[in-house]
Amino acid sequence: MGVEQNLGVMTVQMNTVVNWARRNSVWPATFGLACCAIEMMAATNSRYDLARFGSEAFRASPRQADLMIVAGRVSKKMAPVLRRIYDQMAEPKWVISMGDCASCTGVFNNYALVQGVDTIVPVDIYVPGCPPNPDALIYGIMQLQKKIDREQFGDRR
Amino acid sequence: MVDFDVRLGLSPADLALRNIAIKRPEDWLDLSPEDDPEIRLVQENFASELIRSRRFRDEKTIWVRPAKIVVILTLLRDHPDTEFSFLSDLTCVDLLKVNEDETEPRFQITYNLYSMATYKRLRVNALVEIGQQIETVEGVWPAANWLEREVYDLFGIVFAGHSDLRRIQMPDDWIGHPLRKDEPLGGEEVEFSFNVRGR
Amino acid sequence: MPRGVYIEPYEENTDLMVVNMGPQHPSTHGVLRLVVELDGETIVNATPHIGYLHTGIEKTMENLNYYKALVCTDREDYLSNLINNTAYSMAVEKLMDVDVPARAQRLRVILNELERIASHLIWLGTHALDIGAMTLFFYTWRERDQILDLKEMMSGVRMMTSWICPGGLRGDVPAGWVEKASMFVEHFPVKIDEYDKLLTKNPIWIERLTGVGIISAQDAVAYGMSGPSLRGSGVAWDLRKANPYCGYEQFEFEIPVGTKGDVYDRYLIRMEEMRQSVRILKQALKDIPDGLVRTSDRKIAPPPRAELDTSMESLIHHFKLYTEGYHPPVGEVYAACESGRGEKGYYIYSDGGNMPYRVKINGPSLKNLQALPKLARGRMIADVVAIIGSIDIVLGDIDR
Repeated sequence: MGVEQNLGVMTVQMNTVVNWARRNSVWPATFGLACCAIEMMAATNSRYDLARFGSEAFRASPRQADLMIVAGRVSKKMAPVLRRIYDQMAEPKWVISMGDCASCTGVFNNYALVQGVDTIVPVDIYVPGCPPNPDALIYGIMQLQKKIDREQFGDRR
Repeated sequence: MVDFDVRLGLSPADLALRNIAIKRPEDWLDLSPEDDPEIRLVQENFASELIRSRRFRDEKTIWVRPAKIVVILTLLRDHPDTEFSFLSDLTCVDLLKVNEDETEPRFQITYNLYSMATYKRLRVNALVEIGQQIETVEGVWPAANWLEREVYDLFGIVFAGHSDLRRIQMPDDWIGHPLRKDEPLGGEEVEFSFNVRGR
Repeated sequence: MPRGVYIEPYEENTDLMVVNMGPQHPSTHGVLRLVVELDGETIVNATPHIGYLHTGIEKTMENLNYYKALVCTDREDYLSNLINNTAYSMAVEKLMDVDVPARAQRLRVILNELERIASHLIWLGTHALDIGAMTLFFYTWRERDQILDLKEMMSGVRMMTSWICPGGLRGDVPAGWVEKASMFVEHFPVKIDEYDKLLTKNPIWIERLTGVGIISAQDAVAYGMSGPSLRGSGVAWDLRKANPYCGYEQFEFEIPVGTKGDVYDRYLIRMEEMRQSVRILKQALKDIPDGLVRTSDRKIAPPPRAELDTSMESLIHHFKLYTEGYHPPVGEVYAACESGRGEKGYYIYSDGGNMPYRVKINGPSLKNLQALPKLARGRMIADVVAIIGSIDIVLGDIDR
């Protein structure tokens, strides 16, 4: 990147700017299902403040959100709803699978749950834990930010 | 003292033998009409429906036939000696693996009752065959509405006269009744190194 | 009729508008789907649809032995984990006819009351957030994080500790825990006063909460409601007073009871319950009896690790208990605790095997939610959120 002092012009790679903008304003959609939702709420609260990483607003409507944090166990009755919400999000979108139940069903290997949410939606980051500490979730979001940095501009249309 | 208790060492076959031998263990006490108004009421009015009773760990249980369950429970709810005004729980147990043969009833519908006046509990069990219907107690306690829907959903027992008997926990197009003992637990096979996919 | 005077006859529009508050909604406290039929803004019917979080916990517990099934109990009512553990442990102890030592009983009371405060703090934060008072969301979680610090200090885990197990507790509290808990109990009433000052006499709060969601005492008992939702209607029933467990009869406390049965009464009851919990905690944290925290009955509790080096029987007990587990006698038991929401009970049917034959989890939120159509009929659509917040449901308890 180069700065031209006299003209007041800065040249920079398109990729860098776009990725910088996207990584620093990731707005999650509220998709808290079960116990992990409580730790997700704790991550946004006074002690572990998620807003300082750019996730200022948790949008209720998926059409206004960038990130879907699947926090909790996904039952087979909820799976079509999850997929529909994922489809309603606009590109660019990312998915964090928070907790053991979302990643691999954790303790519950049975008839009622979808065995890992990555069978329904493509997942970018898995955050293990039952439930993960809010610190762990924030670490996961930071890793997502690093992943966004590595993206090429032409990948997402 | 070394306590190689039967609970720690027997194989399932030995345990089955032991269970048959102590089908009525020492702590199986019948309820007596003098001490327990519940059994007195049921014995006086519905003696043909009563199968057995038990006091176990300070809890009272009555087994009845399902034909007149609504009348029995209404009496237990309204009579001033018992006044079981609160339906604490309504559930079902699939007795497939506990029964010795197929002539015994398969399901046990359990009504856990509580009295707000005397703070006492009672359990009423109705033994139901597979395919047999049982009357709904929705008219006695409206709390039974969803609880019976759940029993229908997970066990397949039809409650005659229920206002809205459809699935509540499982998706509407689910086939089968998951909590029956002959339905599998489901889930996926845990991958170890000997059965990992793709290798 | 002369031209220009013809007036169309007025037809009442009987179409109802059906609004779906779908499973993904910020104010439904989890994955609850409400189908609300509206006549204008007035609710004609509000039908809850549940099952979106059904986890099959009961069938999972049938395939784990009695000790391992404890971890599943944390995850149903995920806002008061230790209370679930207490109820399950009480049921298994009743079945096995095992006594719990005095220190374990006292620590159970302390942990249950801390858990009740934590659960009510979440209720207050999310209820206020739904109504629009967002500040409390941040304040109450600040206090709840301190309680979770205590749990983490004790067990290493913030939420799903599974620390209360059949026989007592899994381990003793570390040095300094009682002091830290006492410090929390010292300064917490100031915080409740802070929340009181923000909300209780607030005209907007009073306007939105009074007269909403009224249920009579007779209806509430018939619907099987319990906890603050029942006490709001005037029925003074609390399991800690009615059927005391874990030594609650030693402590002096009161049960707040409402008069009108509306959302405001339930709010006041829960605020007062937090104060009464602090009162119990102050009494309980003084002079905790010394001794074991887990029963020494080797049928149910493994021996201490130090004994394994020297005693062959201890090694065998340890091995058998952790691999196969214990075999209770044939029978059925039911044990219940008072959680923040109502009567939390476990019904265990044992066939003599090492795994429970059938576990039924009697969650209070299922029966509380069943009364929602009755509470919401005739109110405005904006009141639905207030009513759901006031009956304080947890979907993990409903769907299991």
